[in-house]
Amino acid sequence: MLNIEISQIKVIAAKEFRDRIRNRWVIAVAIIFTAFALAIAYFGSAQQGEVGLRNIEVTIASLVSLVIYLIPLIALILGYDAIVGERERGSLDLLLSMPITRLELLLGKFLGLSAALASATLAGFGLVGLLLAYQIDINALYHYIGFMVSAILLGMVFLSLAVMVSVISKDRARASGGAISVWFLFVLVYDLLLLGILVLSGGSFGEELFPLLLLLNPADIFRILNIFSMEDIKVFYGLATVFPTSLSSPWLLGSVMITWIIMPLTVALWRFK
Amino acid sequence: MFKYYGQVLAVDGVTLTVHKGETLGLIGHNGAGKSTLFKMMLGLTPPTTGEISINSTSVHGNNFRELRRSIGYLPENVVFYDNLTGLETLQFFASLKGCERDKCLPLLEKVGLAHAATRRVDGYSKGMRQRLGFAQALLGKPRILFLDEPTTGLDPEGIREFYSILHELNSQSVTVVITSHILSEIQERVQRLAVLKSGKLHALGTVQELRESVDLPLIIRVRQQCPDSALQAILQGIALDELTMADNTATIRCHRAQKMEVLRRLGSLGDALEDVIVKEPTLEDVFLGYAG
Repeated sequence: MLNIEISQIKVIAAKEFRDRIRNRWVIAVAIIFTAFALAIAYFGSAQQGEVGLRNIEVTIASLVSLVIYLIPLIALILGYDAIVGERERGSLDLLLSMPITRLELLLGKFLGLSAALASATLAGFGLVGLLLAYQIDINALYHYIGFMVSAILLGMVFLSLAVMVSVISKDRARASGGAISVWFLFVLVYDLLLLGILVLSGGSFGEELFPLLLLLNPADIFRILNIFSMEDIKVFYGLATVFPTSLSSPWLLGSVMITWIIMPLTVALWRFK
Repeated sequence: MFKYYGQVLAVDGVTLTVHKGETLGLIGHNGAGKSTLFKMMLGLTPPTTGEISINSTSVHGNNFRELRRSIGYLPENVVFYDNLTGLETLQFFASLKGCERDKCLPLLEKVGLAHAATRRVDGYSKGMRQRLGFAQALLGKPRILFLDEPTTGLDPEGIREFYSILHELNSQSVTVVITSHILSEIQERVQRLAVLKSGKLHALGTVQELRESVDLPLIIRVRQQCPDSALQAILQGIALDELTMADNTATIRCHRAQKMEVLRRLGSLGDALEDVIVKEPTLEDVFLGYAG
């Protein structure tokens, strides 16, 4: 039997969100995003021998490469403290003595932090999007919006992983170590391993299996989500280019992302005793 | 109830009934199982074996929300969020408890924090945090209060105010379970005491019952104007633990059963008897006798 009171989730989420607005976390991250996005939009075409706000597709491709490192890191830093911090400071018992279930507490924390990260993402990249808007066609605008939505999803996946790490860890030091390990694994190590296997097997390593292995990494899914619309710049995307079009429906990939959001939260709930 | 943490037995076969409207004091050394017992009574952690219910509703059942709304809890060394003000803190918990937020300011007034309502909690002293914690426990007019070391960090004035609020609640038949390490402080304020020792319920009863059951020796101090030998002669035949005499003052240690006999015989000294002081064992003595 599922016994959920939405109002309790809202109270927790609102507090988390308001905390991040107040301590200027949201504005600081938004400024970082804006600065990077502007720099990339302006200098992104330098390889083609030009600078200035020109090619939206190249801009998105460069932004994807940036976001794939930055957003997981920011999300993990934002979320690793969520539960273990309350436990270590000693405020968790009082919170749990309220008429609230652990599921509501986890969801409230997760959604509040997600709202903070999504606001920073929308504000930061949205501002640059507005600057670009006057010179790009409707199709490119659509891609840019897709990029922002997928960036938010990517952030939520890593927030979910961070909350899981936060529940499992005994103390904050371990949680931060765990969060950094998650980042290294998904953002750096995983692709290198796949690439290594691909090279070692002389490219013969299962063409069927390989795309599925990419789906096991949310960072790769994010990359794939932002590539197929732009045939001419596939070269920017490395590994993701071996992905078959049969699996590249944005809806399918989006669903995999959402599964990636739900799974760590489920583990977190299970371990949260 | 039994509670294991891994191999460690934290609560060892405790059976306890708290009556409606009573104030029950829970005493025991650190690690005796008080906080574990509290957490189980609140439903924060389930007992390994056993069952806890409040008004015949299990604390782990489907009605836990309703139950929790009727409970106020002040944890030991309460911790709040430093970035919120006192009023915001209270409003946050009020929202979770589903009670009206406009009751928060009057509650802060009640615990003497109205002047600091809009100040951030990180600037609060230990005593102020404790007052805020108490206000939090009082949110939504609880029928049951669990207070873990509630007067830690309070100055004597604060302690007096705390007990006067508690007394007021008691008269509204709010049930209170309270722990304290200052025994002399709670012994006059609780109806019954439960003594925990190594996870076991070591004793349970009124202060008077506990005193009698341990039968600690009383001390009777006598000032008299007759020779020491006369006093010795009078007390002849009574089993005393100790009798010392100096400068017309005698100190007698004896058990409760001998108390009245000693006093009767002292009475026969007539005018030579100047003063008698009977010192009953304090709760500290009882506590040490049990839990020490």
